[in-house]
Amino acid sequence: MLKSFACHQSPEVKEAVLDNNKNNTASAVPGPLHIYEENLAKGEFKIQQCKDCGQHVFYPRYLCHHCGSTDLKWVAVSGRGSVYSTSVVRQRPEKGGDYNLSLIDLEEGPRMLSRVIDVAPDEVTIGMEVSAHVGMINDLPAVVFYNKEQGNKEW
Amino acid sequence: MVDSLRGSAAVVGVGLTEFGRLPDRTHMEIMADAISKAIADAGINKNEIDGIFSANFVEMLTPLTVAEYLGINPTYMDGTNTGGSVFVNSMQSAAAALSLGLCNVALICYGSNSATGPFTHPPAMHTVEDVYRPRNPISPYALAAKRHMHEFGTTKEQLAEVAVSARAWAQLNPAATMRDPLTIEDVVNARMIVDPLGLLDCCLVSDGGAAMIMVRKDRAKDFPKQPVYMLGVGSRTDHNLISCMPDLTTTAAKESAAAAFAMAGVTPKDIDVVELYDAFTINTILFLEDMGFCEKGEGGSFVSNGNIAPGGSLPVNTNGGGLSCVHPGMYGMFLMIEAVQQLRAECGDRQIKGAKLAACNGNGGFLASQVTAVFGTEETL
Repeated sequence: MLKSFACHQSPEVKEAVLDNNKNNTASAVPGPLHIYEENLAKGEFKIQQCKDCGQHVFYPRYLCHHCGSTDLKWVAVSGRGSVYSTSVVRQRPEKGGDYNLSLIDLEEGPRMLSRVIDVAPDEVTIGMEVSAHVGMINDLPAVVFYNKEQGNKEW
Repeated sequence: MVDSLRGSAAVVGVGLTEFGRLPDRTHMEIMADAISKAIADAGINKNEIDGIFSANFVEMLTPLTVAEYLGINPTYMDGTNTGGSVFVNSMQSAAAALSLGLCNVALICYGSNSATGPFTHPPAMHTVEDVYRPRNPISPYALAAKRHMHEFGTTKEQLAEVAVSARAWAQLNPAATMRDPLTIEDVVNARMIVDPLGLLDCCLVSDGGAAMIMVRKDRAKDFPKQPVYMLGVGSRTDHNLISCMPDLTTTAAKESAAAAFAMAGVTPKDIDVVELYDAFTINTILFLEDMGFCEKGEGGSFVSNGNIAPGGSLPVNTNGGGLSCVHPGMYGMFLMIEAVQQLRAECGDRQIKGAKLAACNGNGGFLASQVTAVFGTEETL
C-alpha cells in the first residue's frame, strides 16, 4: 500500500530537500500538545483556559473551541473529577491483564479519557469521585485517576 | 434551498459481492466485482459513469484508483472520509452534484478484504488518548452502552435482543454470513471484550463490496429496474474523540434524522423499513431513539420481545445487519442497498410487503458522524 509515497518520502530525499531549505526555518514555538506533554514530563497536569470567555479547553488546542479566541493560557487544575462512564478492556493476563478505561469529568468542565487505577477495573462506577495524578503508562507520562474515597489525597 | 434535493436523484443500479471470506483478492478487486454488478443492474456501459464517490481505510486516493481501474475520466470525484457513514454522506454529495450538473451518472462504491487481507489499522490519530490504549473502535461504544445503562436502566438482555433480532432477519437472507440460531443467553454469556460489550454485541469482520449508481430524476425511468428516489438526507457530526462527545446517550442522528425527515416531508411513523448502522448492539438502540422511532431512554424496551425482528412492529436491519449479514469495516453502503432492494420488492423471504418508504442511518467514527437518508418509491414523490 502507498509504496509510491514511501519512495518519494525516502529519508535521503527528505533530508536533501530540507537541507536545501535550511534558511527558511519558521517559528520554533511548539504546539499545544507538545507543551501539554512537556508539563506531564515535569509531573504537572495543566490544561488551557480561554482568556476571553473564561472556559477551560481540553485536549490542548490552538483556539478555544467554545468561542474561537486564540488567547489561551495554561492553568493548573484542582485534580478533582468524577467518572462519567467506565469500561474494562479485557486482555489476557500474559498481555498485561484487564485494565480500566473511563471518561472523567474534570471539576473545571472538560471531559477526558483516562484510567482509574487504584480500584479493580470492574469496580469503578459512574459518579465515583476521583483525583488526578501524573503517573506512567507503558513508560509514558500520563494523567491517571485514583478513587479518593480510598483515602488518597495527593491532589 | 436544500429542499430542492427532495426526489432530485434516484438509485438505478446496485451491486453486492458475496460476503464473508473472499481470499486472494485486493479490496479494489472486490470493489470492481460490486461495480460490475451495479453497472449490469443499471444496464449501462461503464463509460457512462462520470462521477465517482469512494473511500476506505486502507488507501488515500480511492477515487483515482477507481477511475483508473475502470478506464474512465470522471468530471466529478469525491473521496471524503467520515468513517462508515461516508457512503450515505456520498449519496448526499452525489445528489447535489447531479442536481448541479457536475456529473450525470454517479457511482458510489466500496470494497474491503477486512477478513482475509492483511490486518490494517486506520492511520493513527495522534491524540492525548493514545497512551491509555483504548481498544478502538469497541471502547467508545462500550462507554456509551455503560452510560445508557446507567441513565435509563438498559440491560445486557436488551442489548442482546438487538443481536438476536438481526440474526432472525439473517436467517431469512441467503446472502447473510451468520444464519445459525442465536439466543439471548448466547449473547449475554459470550466472552466479554470491553465491558459491557461481549463478542456477540460486536459486528462481523467481513470481506465484501457494494456499489450503487444514481442519476437525476429526469432520467430515472430510462433504466431497466424500478428507480428508488432519494427523498431526504441530513448529515451531522458533534465530535471525533469519544471524550468530546457532548452526551454519550444522544448522537448527532437526532439532528441528521430530523433534517432528513423534514426534507422528505415524512415522520418516523410513515417509515416501512429501517436500516441502521449496527456495528455494536448499542447503536441500534441509540439510533432508534435519536431518529424518533421511540422516546429517549426507551430503546431497550422498544427492541425487546422481538419488536424489531421479523413479525415485530418495526422491521429493522432486514438483511441481518452488520451483526449477522456483513460488516467489511465500513458498512454504510449496505444500509442503502438493502433499503433500495426492499423498495424494489426484491428481498424474497425477508421482503416487507408493500414497502414504500425506507430510512437509513449511517454512523462513522466513534458515534461521531451521523448521516440519515430517506428513500421512497415513485408513488412517494
